[in-house]
Amino acid sequence: MTPPTIDTATFDELKTTAGADFVRELVDTLLVEAPLMLDEMRTALGEHSVERLRRAAHSLKSNGMTFGALELAASARDLEVRAAEIVASGDATPLDALAQRYAAAATALAELTRE
Amino acid sequence: MNEPAAGRARLLIVDDNKVNRLLLARNLELQGHSVAAAENGRVALEMLHGERFDLVLLDMEMPEMNGFEMLERMVGDLQLRDLPVIVTSSLEDTGSVVRCIELGAEDYLPKPVNPVLLRARINASLEKKRLRDQQKAMMRRFATPEVAQDLQRSGFALGGKRVRASVMFSDIRGFTPLAESQPPEETIELLNTYYTLMFDAISGHGGIVSQMAGDGLMAIFGAPLALPDHCEAAVRAALEMIDLIRLFNAEQAAAGKPQIRIGVGIASGDMVAGYTGTNERATYTCIGDTVNLASRLEAHTKVAARAILIDGATHADLRGVDVESLGSVEIRGKSQPVDVFAVAAPAQQG
Repeated sequence: MTPPTIDTATFDELKTTAGADFVRELVDTLLVEAPLMLDEMRTALGEHSVERLRRAAHSLKSNGMTFGALELAASARDLEVRAAEIVASGDATPLDALAQRYAAAATALAELTRE
Repeated sequence: MNEPAAGRARLLIVDDNKVNRLLLARNLELQGHSVAAAENGRVALEMLHGERFDLVLLDMEMPEMNGFEMLERMVGDLQLRDLPVIVTSSLEDTGSVVRCIELGAEDYLPKPVNPVLLRARINASLEKKRLRDQQKAMMRRFATPEVAQDLQRSGFALGGKRVRASVMFSDIRGFTPLAESQPPEETIELLNTYYTLMFDAISGHGGIVSQMAGDGLMAIFGAPLALPDHCEAAVRAALEMIDLIRLFNAEQAAAGKPQIRIGVGIASGDMVAGYTGTNERATYTCIGDTVNLASRLEAHTKVAARAILIDGATHADLRGVDVESLGSVEIRGKSQPVDVFAVAAPAQQG
C-alpha cells in the first residue's frame, strides 16, 4: 500500500495546536519558500557546495516533518545525508525526485487547506 | 533588571527557515509570550545586544552564523553568557546535541517541536533564569558592579593576586562630636548623602569602594579591573570628592545644618588584591605596605592641615595637577621618612 502523501494525524494535530487559519497561512508560506530551497539545492549542486546543499535539504526535511509530508521529508533527509556523495557525482536525479515529492505534497496540502 | 512577569517572557527565535520561525512564534504567542525572530546567529547577536530577552530558541543549521558559532560567542560574552538557550533542531547525530549542551545550551528539543514539551522546557528555563537573576541582584546589592563582574567571570575564591594600583582612604573630620551634636536619624541621613556623593566621585573615575566603616571608606583604583592611569584617576576622584563636599556644605549651611570636612590619603604601588574572609563571608580588598601608607597619609591630613595627601609614587604619575611637596615626613609604622605631597584643593566649607 502506498503511504499517504500527507500524514493526516500530524496535519490535524498541527491544526489543533496552531489553529486552522494559521496553518492555511503557514502552507502558503511553504509554497513560496520550498521552491526557493529547491532552487538553492540546484545552485549548490552546480557550484559544488556540499554545505549549501546539505543545509537546504535539512531545512526542507524539517518542513516536511512539520506538515506530515513524510515522503518529502524522507527524500530531503536522503539528500541531506548524501550531500557530499551527490555533489561529487554531479547527478541531479535525487533533486528531481525530491522536486516531484514536493510537488505532490504541495498539491495535497493545498487541497487539505481548502477543506 | 526587571524579571519577566510570571508566565510571560520576551523570547528570541533564531531560525533561517521562515515556516519554522512562524510556527514557533505562533506556539509561543499562544502560550502568552512576546516573540521576536532572527534569521541567523549574526542578526540574533545584534538583537540581543540591543534589546533585553529572557530566553533564546536556537536552530543550529543556518547560513552566515550557525547555532554552534552563536553559542560560542554567547559563552564568551559576559552580557549574554547567562541567557538561557533552548536548541530546537532536527539534528540527528547525538554528538551535535552533546556539543550544544557543552557549549552552554540549557536544553534540546527536536523538530517538529511538540508544543506541550516546549511549554514545559521554557517554563523550567525561565524559572532557573529567575533564580539566577535574583542571585545576581543580591550580589549587586552587596558588591560593586566591578566586583560582581569579577565574580561572574572568575568565580569566587579566597586569596589574591598581585596588582599595581592606587588606594584611597577618606574620612570625615571631627565626626564624633558632630554625631553627638544631632539626633542619630540626622547623622544617618548625613552619612547616606555623604556616601552617595563619595561613591559617585570614586566610581566616576573608575575606582571601587571596597570598605566602609563608620564615616570612613577605602577605595581601590586599578583592581579588580586594571586602570592604566590609576594615580591620576584616584587624585581626580579625590578632587571631585572635595568639590562635592563643598557643594553639600553650601546646602547644609542654607538649611542651618552642620557642615563637614574630609581628609583623603592616596598611595600607589604593588599590592595584593582579592577576597579575604571566609567562604561564607568575604570582602574584596587590597593589602600590603601601599595600603597601610594610604591609611597613614589620610590620618596625617589632620597633622598637615591639608585635605588631600599623596605619596611619591602617586605624584610621579600625575599630570596637570597642582601639588606642593611637604618633604620627607615621619609616618607611623614606616622605618624611613616618606615623601609626602599635598594636592591643591579648594576650601570645603563656605
